[in-house]
Amino acid sequence: MRTLAIALVLLSLAACQREERALRGDPMADESREKIALTSLSPGDSGPIEVRTGRGEEYTGNAYHQSEGKKLFKQMNCNGCHANGGGGMGVPLMDDTWIYGGRIENVVQTIREGRPNGMPSFRGKLPDEQIWQLAAYVLSMSRAVPQDVAPSRDDDMHPRPAESRQPAVTGVQGGTVPPSGEAPQ
Amino acid sequence: MKKAKAASIAAIAILLCPVALHAQTPPAKAPAFATGQDDGQWTTPARNFASTRYSELAEINADNVKNLQVAFTFSTGVNRGQEASPLVVGGTMYVLSPYPNILYALDLTKPGAPLKWSYKPKPEAASQGVACCDVVNRGPTFGQGRVFFTTLDDHAVAVDAETGKEAWKVKLGDINLGETMTAAPLVVKDKVIVGISGGEFGVRGWLQALDAATGRSVWKAYSTGPDSDVKIGPNFKPFYDSDKGKDLGVSTWPPDAWKQGGGTTWGFTSYDPDLNLIYYGTGNPGPWNSMQRPGDNKWTAGIFARDADTGEARWFYQTTPHDLFDWDGINESVLVDVEWKGQTRKALVHPDRNGLVYLIDRTSGEVLSASFYHPVNTHHGVDLKTGRLMDDSSKAPVLDKVVRDICPTAPGAKDWSPSSFSHKTGLLYIPHNNLCMDWENSQVSYIAGTPYIGAEARMFPAPGDGHMGELSAWDIVNGKEAWTVNEQFPVWGGTLATAGDLVFYGNMQGWFKAVDARSGALLWQFKADSGIIGQPTTYKGPDGKQYVAILAGVGGWAGAIVAGDLDPRDGTAAMGFVNAMRELKNATTKGGTLYVFRLP
Ligand code: HEC
Repeated sequence: MRTLAIALVLLSLAACQREERALRGDPMADESREKIALTSLSPGDSGPIEVRTGRGEEYTGNAYHQSEGKKLFKQMNCNGCHANGGGGMGVPLMDDTWIYGGRIENVVQTIREGRPNGMPSFRGKLPDEQIWQLAAYVLSMSRAVPQDVAPSRDDDMHPRPAESRQPAVTGVQGGTVPPSGEAPQ
Repeated sequence: MKKAKAASIAAIAILLCPVALHAQTPPAKAPAFATGQDDGQWTTPARNFASTRYSELAEINADNVKNLQVAFTFSTGVNRGQEASPLVVGGTMYVLSPYPNILYALDLTKPGAPLKWSYKPKPEAASQGVACCDVVNRGPTFGQGRVFFTTLDDHAVAVDAETGKEAWKVKLGDINLGETMTAAPLVVKDKVIVGISGGEFGVRGWLQALDAATGRSVWKAYSTGPDSDVKIGPNFKPFYDSDKGKDLGVSTWPPDAWKQGGGTTWGFTSYDPDLNLIYYGTGNPGPWNSMQRPGDNKWTAGIFARDADTGEARWFYQTTPHDLFDWDGINESVLVDVEWKGQTRKALVHPDRNGLVYLIDRTSGEVLSASFYHPVNTHHGVDLKTGRLMDDSSKAPVLDKVVRDICPTAPGAKDWSPSSFSHKTGLLYIPHNNLCMDWENSQVSYIAGTPYIGAEARMFPAPGDGHMGELSAWDIVNGKEAWTVNEQFPVWGGTLATAGDLVFYGNMQGWFKAVDARSGALLWQFKADSGIIGQPTTYKGPDGKQYVAILAGVGGWAGAIVAGDLDPRDGTAAMGFVNAMRELKNATTKGGTLYVFRLP
């Protein structure tokens, strides 16, 4: 009985973390200083030198941030280019391949800095926290986040099963080769 | 099914008694300025000013086409949707790739047609992101010793046809506003007519005439806004009352909405040299969500006639007032002369996205007839008294709610894919879709450079056996189908008609076909390396033989699932087209190859 109660308390505490949110978001100018490499290749045997501060886990493990990200994905017209993850003018985001890396810090960089073949840069157009929220939501599309925090319903036309019901995938480096990479420039 | 059966019966009837049918009503004729001696060249995508895409060459005919074989091939080096038309001027062929818009000149006088030169405009890579529906280009145009074309990052370019040296290059738009250029220019006298794309980004459409010698803008006419911007003046005489009044390009919109109102101009332009008028269509109003723009949304989704020298508007007809479903009016207007109630009328025939083939008097803008060529449940056709489309409110969009089984779809009964008109049979050969969709409107904010859509769609085959495309031969005067060939996927490329009584077209699996112009019977086919969405052309080579050319390489809106490696699980991908096109991934892969055929 007592162990059960303790277990319940622990469980509900864990649930608290799932719902945790910061009281005040970062101001526009403040941006987290992760150091990301776009490749796994680097001279020597150390691999690329990267700094990931751990901030990412606050977002990938948090349902509130992902549902905020899901709203922003529409409000910022990301869905106009990426549809509900299947892509269109932009590349698909729900598949298992990533051109610019599939860890949350990479996705944050993608949104912040833009990418050469048509991904706009949102630096200064969105507060840093919202960029992280969007990035966490992007990861939930391929269920690269825990099932219990991924959004579990679609508000509009049911385009595909909700994010939480997608099979979990491990992203690989790859993705669409952009036409400029294929073409004899 | 029923329709297919009826069509085949009709086809048989026509086979049996073509003379009897023609005796009742003479078929449509090509205008005199588009007929006469065929020099065997193909200098502009639509072949002539009337845009008939018809060639007098008849060496390849219904009897010998079965022997057609590959003469040479050429890789564009770009595996994206190839919508362009190969051009032939003298002994040179010009081929234009999708982004990055490389222009190649091939030497037809040498075996294997080796490369003479290539010209690379190096468009900005970022333009790919704002290219709705793949990074296509609809072809170059030749005139006055130069080849003219547009680039995805909003440049119009003139290149010396002999040397490949750039003559001029002018910037006409801004990708940060979502503007791109994909349409083929048209050369009219000393001017080059160019249009703008970006109807899914709230781009305010315009048509511009550039000085062919320098690239300087001679006139520019917007599709929305005050009359002065639209070049509407005292000579503007629309046929219907709903197009009469001051500044309708402002007053038929909520305040300022016309500034992001769409009406882009990415289709083909036709020209009547006798009337000195150009004809072109305007695109869908922005955003797709119609609830954010109550009003008729002039001058989107319609056809303009303008003076070629000054750009001043002569008439306008709105095919789809207050468009609900992305029904651009940009489809081709093919100029024909018809006998109509005992009178000869100078007309244009226009198969629209809204499911109707319009026959319109090209001097006045009067609709002579508007007949269905696709299953439609969203309207009841045109009220010929008012010229207005009669909407069916049961299929009107509802905010945040899915409305089901709307026919036709967002790309319409037919998208850009240009028809051809045989001067011999008098039939119009229309490549088109056979699709329906579910649709949901939602609120969208205008953020410059991002899509301004506010709607989701999910497309599927129209009721029946599941075929999604058709090639229909259309009896223009009687407003009905003569015959139809069904295709599994939308017929997304153009058609070519020849005096050999043949019609050429390609399908999205990659079969390039020749069918009998009078019956639709399949006479020859060749499997290309990738799906076909391009515009076939034909020419007489330096050796005096007839050749047929086509670019293969799947893509465009319908083929985006393959060209862009989209995820088939999301039915709303590519603005809802992926839902219908999942099978295409199993039917073809990307490509970018020119194929040229001749008889042995
Ligand atoms: C104008 C169209 C457009 C908009 C708007 C847009 N994107 Fe993109 N996005 C693209 C394109 C095109 C690419 C591919 C870029 C490349 O290959 O260089 C891309 C790439 C990405 C990638 C990288 C995918 C990978 O495989 O590495 C992510 C993540 C992404 N976008 C997220 C977003 C988010 C989140 C938003 C909204 C804040 C957004 N995009 C808005 C067009 C767009």
